[in-house]
Amino acid sequence: MRNCETPAGGGDELLAQYTLNVNGKACGVTKGRVEESLLYVLRERLGMTGTKNACDQGECGSCTVLLDGMAVCSCLVLAASAVGREIVTVEGLTPPDGLNDIQQAFVDHGAVQCGFCTPGLIVAAEVLLRDRPDASTLEIKEAISGNLCRCTGYGRVISAIAGAAEARREAQGGC
Amino acid sequence: MVEVNYSQRRPSTVISIDRIPELKGWRQNGDRIEMGACMTYSEMEDPLFAAYVPSLAQAARTVGSPQIRNAGTLGGNLATASPAGDTLPPLAALNAQITLRSLRGERITTLSNLITGVKSANLGRDEVIVKVSVEAVDGPQEFLKAGTRNAMVISVATVALVLDAARRQVRIALGSVSPVPLRASAAEGWIADQVNWESPSVPDKEAVEHFGELVASAATPITDHRSTSGYRSHAVGVMAKRALARALS
Repeated sequence: MRNCETPAGGGDELLAQYTLNVNGKACGVTKGRVEESLLYVLRERLGMTGTKNACDQGECGSCTVLLDGMAVCSCLVLAASAVGREIVTVEGLTPPDGLNDIQQAFVDHGAVQCGFCTPGLIVAAEVLLRDRPDASTLEIKEAISGNLCRCTGYGRVISAIAGAAEARREAQGGC
Repeated sequence: MVEVNYSQRRPSTVISIDRIPELKGWRQNGDRIEMGACMTYSEMEDPLFAAYVPSLAQAARTVGSPQIRNAGTLGGNLATASPAGDTLPPLAALNAQITLRSLRGERITTLSNLITGVKSANLGRDEVIVKVSVEAVDGPQEFLKAGTRNAMVISVATVALVLDAARRQVRIALGSVSPVPLRASAAEGWIADQVNWESPSVPDKEAVEHFGELVASAATPITDHRSTSGYRSHAVGVMAKRALARALS
């Protein structure tokens, strides 16, 4: 939102036109300013509001997305530099008809209160369970160490992620 | 990017260097390890890299959060030139060589010549940091950091220690306790004479204590919102003793 302010001197901003690959779709960005963050472009230019904006300085993790499979704070990525890279947001992790297993585990374990931090936590948990299906509690805590939640106290978030991991392991063992 | 988000900086030109292969990752070149300016903290945590430059790997692990470590780079840490830059003490203790390039040519500089003050780097407007080169040191390395918690913390004080068995040197650099990364030269020289280099150890406990005192007295910290000057000096002394003990164990 701070980005919407008219620059001092006004009218001399660099306009950019480029295409981003978001959740497997080519999304054209026109009339964007070249210094806009990926977070700003996702929300304000592309209308994808699942990714949340809180601190705009990489402190809170609410804006976590996957960039070429790596979790990053989209507020710290220049949108134009994400051209040609694979961007996945929380919308891209969500099945068309409901919730994925991690999202469902958050509901089942009561890991959501106000819900503002949840999309970032879901993305962080997704990448953890992809890389470390047997994640220990310590590894879960480290994986979400960049995601601030001011409501839940993290206990239920950790048990939700551990629960989702266990369910995946059981499902695999059953095959 | 934070300054841009907060409209404190409005770039007139942006050049993305993200996709230049030569600036990415790291490679071994003879007895040296070369790191591209765009090497991320996450890449420094890789066990293969950590085997060669453990102090940098340890420092990288303490930076921000996984999200920050996936995006933040070695070149960025250098150019920012913050007194609290976590890779800077390891680079100082490793005698890193930093390669800068512009249309005028290439130059190689040291950390102490590059970083001249608080957030002040001797970097021309037309120059980019290309790579950082360190020796693959024969001997253990340690990095310790004091902060208010384990994650998302800006250093209150840091210590990087390199035991260079081939040169019979103990090199120690301090972070967050002066405007620029600091080598505790007096402490280095003194402890090198105390180490039994045949099977690296310090026989004398009092010598280790004195080493901590020398390191603490080398620090010139300030008191700010993160800590007091007295605590920072104390912390680097304690961490220096701990790093030495770990390196010799």
